[in-house]
Amino acid sequence: MDNIKMMEENYIRDNIPDFSPGDLVRVITKETRGDKTRLHRFEGRVISKRGSGTGKTFTVRKIAQGVGVEKIFPVNSPIIDSIKVLKKGKVRRAKLYYLRKKEGKAARIKEKK
Amino acid sequence: MLIGRKLGMSRIFKDTGERVPISVIKASPVFVLDKRTEEKDGYNAYVLGFEEKKEKRVKKPVFGLSKKIGAPPVSVIREFRVDDLSEFEIGSKVPVSILKEGELVNVTGWSKGRGFQGVVKRWGFKGGPASHGSRFHRQPGSAGAGTFPGRVIKGKKFPGRMGNERITIKNVRVVKVDEEKGLIALKGGIPGARGNIVLIRKRESK
Repeated sequence: MDNIKMMEENYIRDNIPDFSPGDLVRVITKETRGDKTRLHRFEGRVISKRGSGTGKTFTVRKIAQGVGVEKIFPVNSPIIDSIKVLKKGKVRRAKLYYLRKKEGKAARIKEKK
Repeated sequence: MLIGRKLGMSRIFKDTGERVPISVIKASPVFVLDKRTEEKDGYNAYVLGFEEKKEKRVKKPVFGLSKKIGAPPVSVIREFRVDDLSEFEIGSKVPVSILKEGELVNVTGWSKGRGFQGVVKRWGFKGGPASHGSRFHRQPGSAGAGTFPGRVIKGKKFPGRMGNERITIKNVRVVKVDEEKGLIALKGGIPGARGNIVLIRKRESK
């Protein structure tokens, strides 16, 4: 198993900040079409982190135009330009899937000081 | 031609963010133990050995051979038929760098044993409808016609033991070669469980 980690080593990014479920984050992704590179922004709550090594992913949820939208990003993918933690959230579980059933005030998360 | 051990699977990224599934193989050290020659044996082949083993753990013929050629005793020995025997000398190492990234290879291994399996899993039969009272779900159906031919034709697909057979997968792309650590990454899956022995051959250039 250690040898597999060695193979993944070069693909693990070290410029990704530490964040955890409940945090409000801004994810900037790069999209290259032809020779043009465009940046996309996605802002929302981290509701889950899973996996390890190159397979590590996190899910960001936001409410866009009244509709809940979730995006799953691979943490170590080169398309991720930057991740910024806007607010730390105070939560008591690792997967915040219960937010899917909550709206408005009930879907708030307290900020961690 | 290399002998290796399948370590497991992972995935790596392309610059575009595309994820490439890989099988990681440890294929070092591989030694040339002997050569089979047209004159002596009737065919040309390299005898390769893989994985060093403690002296006291190998059988005497293997130990004797390793003594003779000055290579350490090995745990796995396989022959590889080749046309040209001049590439490597007896006693030398076969580096993983004989494979180039982007190259296509053929991979041979023993597939995972699946035990006694029905006809749907083993041969891909469609089976019947799950509901609507069909009473025909995963059975093989008819085995053949009636009085003529009056027998079941040979090779009819039936339930039975599945897997645990030697399988060669052709045209597998080499994604990465790490010479220092003796690791190879191939795109996609390869036969067998983790820890199994796999043989890697260069594709015949024809």
